[in-house]
Amino acid sequence: MDIITTLINGLSMGGVYAMIALGYTMVYGIAKMLNFAHGDIIMVGGYTILVFMNFSGMPLLAIAMAVICCVILGIVIEKVAYKPLRGASPLAVLITTIGVSYFLQSLAQIIFGSAPKMVNIVDLGLLQIGSLKIQMYTVLTLICTIIVMTILTLFVKYTQTGRAMIAVSEDRNAAQLMGINVNKIITITFAIGSALAALAGLFYLLKSPSISNTFGSSPGIKAFTAAVIGGIGSIPGAMLGGILLGLVENIVAKIPVLSPYVDAIEFSILIIILLVKPSGFLGKKRREKV
Amino acid sequence: MVINNQRSRLSRIKWNHFANYIVIALSTTLFSILSFSGNLKISTIYLLEKISISILLALSLSLVVGFLGELSLGHAGFMCVGAYLGGKTAALLEPILGNGILTFIIAIAVGGAVAAVCGFVIGLPALRLKGDYLAIVTLAFGEIVKSIFQNTSADTFGGALGLKTPRYNREYLFIYAFIIVIVALAVIQNLMRSKHGRAITAIRDNEIAACATGINVTKYKLIVFLVSSLFAGIAGVLYSYSNFQVQSAKFGYNYSIEILVMVVLGGMGNINGSIIAATLITFLNLKLATVLTGDLAVLQNLLYSLLLILIVIYNNAPALSRVRGKYNLKSLIAKVKKPKVDPAIQNDDKAYWANIPTKIEMDEIISVDATPQDPYKADPPKKEK
Repeated sequence: MDIITTLINGLSMGGVYAMIALGYTMVYGIAKMLNFAHGDIIMVGGYTILVFMNFSGMPLLAIAMAVICCVILGIVIEKVAYKPLRGASPLAVLITTIGVSYFLQSLAQIIFGSAPKMVNIVDLGLLQIGSLKIQMYTVLTLICTIIVMTILTLFVKYTQTGRAMIAVSEDRNAAQLMGINVNKIITITFAIGSALAALAGLFYLLKSPSISNTFGSSPGIKAFTAAVIGGIGSIPGAMLGGILLGLVENIVAKIPVLSPYVDAIEFSILIIILLVKPSGFLGKKRREKV
Repeated sequence: MVINNQRSRLSRIKWNHFANYIVIALSTTLFSILSFSGNLKISTIYLLEKISISILLALSLSLVVGFLGELSLGHAGFMCVGAYLGGKTAALLEPILGNGILTFIIAIAVGGAVAAVCGFVIGLPALRLKGDYLAIVTLAFGEIVKSIFQNTSADTFGGALGLKTPRYNREYLFIYAFIIVIVALAVIQNLMRSKHGRAITAIRDNEIAACATGINVTKYKLIVFLVSSLFAGIAGVLYSYSNFQVQSAKFGYNYSIEILVMVVLGGMGNINGSIIAATLITFLNLKLATVLTGDLAVLQNLLYSLLLILIVIYNNAPALSRVRGKYNLKSLIAKVKKPKVDPAIQNDDKAYWANIPTKIEMDEIISVDATPQDPYKADPPKKEK
């Protein structure tokens, strides 16, 4: 029974990682940049939930406001910091994203202080099936992740905007020639990624209800690892990588000898996978042309 | 090409190549005199130690980021390895050799060597991975190192409480540290001015082209990672000496970013810029820490991040390329200092091409009356309107 609980916890954790990883992977696929500030958007989402819960006490309103704030923030960051650098060297863009991440973290610390704050959104209780006891939020997280991913997959496959996204990620110039507004598509990608980050922030808060200014950095880095393991730029890859990482984390934490080294093991897996298969599990191998 | 033999040997030394050594050496001498005569406060000595550590870190990171063009986000990880291994060596040797210069040198050697080995090991995947992926691997390396040292037992590396290292005489430490800085500067500057340095910058500018011209990309990437992590490790040993203890929590992602900020603010690929930025940021960090307390202390991080974003956008945005050409340090200096060399008597590779008249006006052609026997005299440089 313990094994099943661990597996379900792992799947649910993996779902959250996958949701964050989707933000990384979609931005990478479409804008060809690594957005290191993505983890901090989770933090902003968390703080928005905190503020609106204290304000109104209505969880649904707080969640909706978190999604809206994160979407606006994502778009603003894209327009102000990343758009001027389109066409510049990848290193410059990478450093700017790091700068944005640093900026958001310090701003949050100035506004909210460095001491962790508690957020009690809603108490969901325990689910009991026979002798199996599972936290209710785990199940909720799992269900929500599945719904979100299904919607996202359908959106990318069957809507015009989604197909435009695929086109831009395949070949930006050709997509532009076909009449796709590339700037608009990139903005939409950032908006979707940020909305997913806000949701991930919510699920993270359900699991551990304390938030500080570095709230987003640990899940951010781990989801990023997940995106790379699955093959960055690939949407199913991000899902696979996220779930894999969630499972590994929860299983390793149950083994007493290895449990202090959870982080080290996760990152070692990343390095090994990159060495064996540099493009990740489902990533496309890009050949360089001169 | 005309070589002027009359110029003395001394005047042919390119003094601007040595300016940074001289400045650092002079200021070190000055501060050591002050220190020995007892005029230096402990806080100033501490500041000097921190500055030397930051300069070492910025120099070594600028080798990877500025010259090789790869992003390393785990530089603090190499420093962490050096700090723990060097600190442990010093703690072990203290009862045998005493707490003198010998122990210090051995600690530096061990810390630097182990960090260099780590750099080599991280450099190996770097051969297969490029750009973003390499940044991820270095980031992962930093986190792994931090996590491993955090979970060691109390009698090996101190675990979460940190490793205690022997106390060293404050008056000498910063002098040794600056001597190491000068050595590091000499190694890195000479490496970059040599044939190997040109190869490294060629890899940064276009790896495929560099490969095609026969540059051994593998070899040079490994060299860069090795040298860079060696000095980062040495900086770590200095850190352990300066702080009397090492805690792995310090060497996280944020510290790596702080070093990166120094390199970017100083101008990527600019050694003197990195040194100045490292000095300034360390100085400001320590000074602001006394003024801003509590959560306001983050105000400086906010400032750094804003500066980082603005500088990168200003230096790299394609839309700003014309503004950049107009307002930069080089053109400002050129405006103040007029070139005084005669374009006719200088090496081809140093010619100030803007001064060489290329347009011949009509009346000049008509008034040509020189015979082949006449010595050639170049036209005086024209001022642009």
